[in-house]
Amino acid sequence: MTRYAMTIDLRRCVGCQTCTAACKNANATPPGVQWRRVLDLESGEFPDVRRSFMPVACMHCDEPPCENVCPTTATKKRADGLVTIDYDLCIGCANCIMACPYEARSIAHEAHFAYGDKPIASEAVRFDPGRLAVATKCSFCKERIDLAATTGQVPGRDPEVTPVCVNSCMSGAMKFGDLDDPQSVVSRFLAETRQFRIHEELGTGPGVYYIWDAP
Amino acid sequence: MMMTKPAFPAAALSTTVPRHLSARRQNYWDWRAAGNFIGGGTGGSLLFFTAWVAQGSGAFIALALIALAVMAVGLTCVWLEIGRPWRALNVFRHSTSWMTREAAVATLLFAVTLPILFFANAALFWISGLLGLLFVYSQARILTADKGIPAWRHPRCVPLMLSTGLCEGAGLLALLAPWLAPAAGNWLPPLLTGLIVARVLLWREYLDGLRQAGIPRGALDVLQALDRPFVVVGHAVPVALLLVSWLDAAAALRPLLTALAGFCALTAGWAIKYNLVRRASWNQGFALPHQPVRGRKTATMAPTAGRNDAASL
Repeated sequence: MTRYAMTIDLRRCVGCQTCTAACKNANATPPGVQWRRVLDLESGEFPDVRRSFMPVACMHCDEPPCENVCPTTATKKRADGLVTIDYDLCIGCANCIMACPYEARSIAHEAHFAYGDKPIASEAVRFDPGRLAVATKCSFCKERIDLAATTGQVPGRDPEVTPVCVNSCMSGAMKFGDLDDPQSVVSRFLAETRQFRIHEELGTGPGVYYIWDAP
Repeated sequence: MMMTKPAFPAAALSTTVPRHLSARRQNYWDWRAAGNFIGGGTGGSLLFFTAWVAQGSGAFIALALIALAVMAVGLTCVWLEIGRPWRALNVFRHSTSWMTREAAVATLLFAVTLPILFFANAALFWISGLLGLLFVYSQARILTADKGIPAWRHPRCVPLMLSTGLCEGAGLLALLAPWLAPAAGNWLPPLLTGLIVARVLLWREYLDGLRQAGIPRGALDVLQALDRPFVVVGHAVPVALLLVSWLDAAAALRPLLTALAGFCALTAGWAIKYNLVRRASWNQGFALPHQPVRGRKTATMAPTAGRNDAASL
């Protein structure tokens, strides 16, 4: 079996938002819709203060609450752990948005472009009316991952079949791979570090692990 | 001038940050979604009480039509809200989703109740009423299945939604009873009183539960601000009216007082649903249970950009 997952090393993340930009570029998300973003967190009180960066997106949960509530079966969990949306089935009821504890989903009811009402050339080429008025979210770049089946490459190791956010991370904070493969980059990394997952108490089993310390 | 650099020993720094980082109110479900819960709760429970009190009588047709109309308004609200309304039939595709179940129950309910308007059948009366109740229950479960909204996912939300749905249905029945079901005038006041008392107890239990669960401040503020008017207008006033209606001196005013009490119970239920769905629907934001430990041993050297293979660890 395969269970794709992501690790994000919070010790390395510098909050540059390159992953955010790479995601927007790769997936042509409209203004106001971010499948991935980096939270800039301040905590404590002066002088005991800290600043942390936390990249967030769909957690591709083991038990995705979005899938449970979806009345159309548009949201599905694949055998390899990816949570996907069939835009042709989705009715845009937003029930999945209410169910997701990670604010990972969006619905754009109207077309928006970066500069006014008309798309610029690159937006016009990639504009997909099928993504209007339906739920969208991070797909872990499933087209790239699916490509691995034909090329024989390994997601998480070969950039061509790895999510673009991971490829773009200039500090090497993000890693991707198969949790069920003990030799994968994420399995080895998780074995060597201390990590947490967000809102684990909800029983969702998020597929994104945040590294915060060495053992 | 020489500045003294303050010493911040790493061990003294806080290692956690609060829960609900960047929690905010959702903006996808608006008054139309609230309208569905209002119409569904009121109509479904009115149908339940109608099957109970008016089956076989001419009043059943009027009351059932009103119940179906209220439910239809709610369903129309939600139909207007969804992004792809012409694909609405896809809603029936996932049998374990409570939204699918709600739609299925609504379909059955209309299919069972509409024929009764023309061909009276005792069994169908009861089936229709029970489907009304099931519809209210399905809607309550929709809210608790939405794990992203702490005020909804609390298990005490289901009894609250059920109780307020029943209160609204009984309240509407009390409002209509002087014209459509005068025979209900004797037992409706105690029933309504019991439902109102149950609702206020469940409301307070729910609020306590939310406080204990530590839901986001914004959501709690909305509901706590609503507590006093909800309890007074939706519970204390109607119970007082119902108690007065039982005084011999007020016997002639009993239908009016009962109707007024019903109005209070009904509108208070609508208000709490609107606020719960629209204004208290804060997501929980994010949590950072551990601060990243920087400034000492990290994994190893930085990996090559674009390559995240094992060698880069």
